[in-house]
Amino acid sequence: MFSGFMVNAWIVATIVAVVGGAVGFFVVLRGSAFVAHAIPNGSFAGAAAASLIGINTLIGLGVFAFGSALGIGLLGRRGRHDVATALTLVFALGLGALFLSFTVEYAPEIYSLLFGEVLGISANQLGPTIVLAAVCLVVLALLYRPLLLSSTLPDSAHARGIPPYAAELAFLILVALATTMTVPVVGTALIFSLMIGPPAAARAFTTRPLTAVALSVAIAVAVAWAAIALSYQTNWPVGFYVGVISAASYAAGRIWTYARRHRVAARGEATKNGGESPRFARPIRSSSTGSAGS
Amino acid sequence: MPADLAAIIAPGFFSSSSVQLALVVGALVAIVTGTVGVFTVIRGQSFAGEALGDIGASGGSSAYLVGIAPLWGFVGISVAAAAVMELIGIQRARGRDLATGIVLGAGFGLAALFLYLGTISSSTTGATVTILFGSIFELDTSTLPLVAVLGAIALGMILVIYRPLLLVSVSPELGAARRLPVRLIGSLYLLAMALAVALSAVTIGAILSTALLVGPAATALQLTRRPGRAIVCAALVGIGVMWLGILLAYDSYTWPHHGWPVSFFVVTLVLIAYIASRVIPAPRKRRD
Repeated sequence: MFSGFMVNAWIVATIVAVVGGAVGFFVVLRGSAFVAHAIPNGSFAGAAAASLIGINTLIGLGVFAFGSALGIGLLGRRGRHDVATALTLVFALGLGALFLSFTVEYAPEIYSLLFGEVLGISANQLGPTIVLAAVCLVVLALLYRPLLLSSTLPDSAHARGIPPYAAELAFLILVALATTMTVPVVGTALIFSLMIGPPAAARAFTTRPLTAVALSVAIAVAVAWAAIALSYQTNWPVGFYVGVISAASYAAGRIWTYARRHRVAARGEATKNGGESPRFARPIRSSSTGSAGS
Repeated sequence: MPADLAAIIAPGFFSSSSVQLALVVGALVAIVTGTVGVFTVIRGQSFAGEALGDIGASGGSSAYLVGIAPLWGFVGISVAAAAVMELIGIQRARGRDLATGIVLGAGFGLAALFLYLGTISSSTTGATVTILFGSIFELDTSTLPLVAVLGAIALGMILVIYRPLLLVSVSPELGAARRLPVRLIGSLYLLAMALAVALSAVTIGAILSTALLVGPAATALQLTRRPGRAIVCAALVGIGVMWLGILLAYDSYTWPHHGWPVSFFVVTLVLIAYIASRVIPAPRKRRD
């Protein structure tokens, strides 16, 4: 399980999980799950186009990921954001369907694009993945503070010279960057799951942003490793395990929150006067985490 | 047929039985998705629609595995997914996005598994593409009554809850103040949406089904503010897009790379219609 081609799989999955978990923190914070779904899926068309005209898949993915990000940003500027996202996504997928119909042998290829082939990663894919991951993490580190402020307190960020629209566009491009690097190795479905499940679980366990990012990365890496190990043992697709285990980690977070709230409630019943009342425990907690109120 | 008309409509278009079936099914589906879609746009639930469609792919592929009509798989899994979303709190404005995303992630995982099992169990690889991107020309005549019945159920549900649904969608607070069962209405609506998405998935494919749900409705809501008119308008836009898409796909057999997918034309026309409605605003809308 740890020899030969599997070494590449472990390395790449770890890198992808680190980037997915870190970028995913902002996806969950901003309530942008749809965007995190749309950009990777839309870039799928780019991969199909690249294989049609015979260029590097990464270029096709990059062009379509950034195209989708800009399309969502422009169409959603004045109008319904979710409608803009949906229409950009389906248009990109429709183009993908067209490109696929032009090629002859497509079914296994389309399958691996959608659901990944992390077990079949070759050594020459490692280099670009590592470089793109480094770029992605550096951009994330640079944008961390302004993006955090803009996601939690858009008005206050605007007053300090961070317009919400610029923050949104920067966020979309960040997702596009993460997508370009991860889709060829793990598929569109997998990166989406890693961007949603682990960060959502992390936010249930901690309220501090940096701790949440770290925890989210840790959970994402754990999910990716478990998925590879199980996939290796059973021969079932990695995407299946990543999707299901990510959802399970979120469920664990929900159960933890539920249990703790009941503990707080029980303590509040017992002490009546002392301490914070359970009614206020939630709002204070969630405002320090900073839920993006859209 | 005059020569110039023959240039637009390739010979044999109206006499082909599979085209006739596609036109009828396409129109039925467009009416249902247009009606349901207006509320999807008003309620801001495009992501839920998208998720139901994507998860439907796992239903379609499992239907192939056990050898029943894909429509049953689409319907079954979409309704189940709608129930799970409802359970884990998709109706609340905050966290709704997240709940949808979690269900979608898990559903996509299942789709990966079923499609994988489908590829290794059968020698044909066409199922994956058919489920994901649809093929309206390959529909069976026996699906027509099923489409009609399921469409009628979805439309009937919307009709029954029309007024409370409209109020709750525009202002949940007002609905709650009037003691309307906000959550029950939301659940019923989600069910109707699951049916509409399943129907859309049969015609243009599971992962493109949102196009018919959201596109015509969003276009219609750009043109008019009245819900009743918007529904009629959305259905008409949907039928127009669908028929034009079928026509172009039929014509494309004489183009390079014979036979472009219907889904591509439908999706492109939907996007063009939406952008056109944004660029050319209705004169009356200027007032506000």
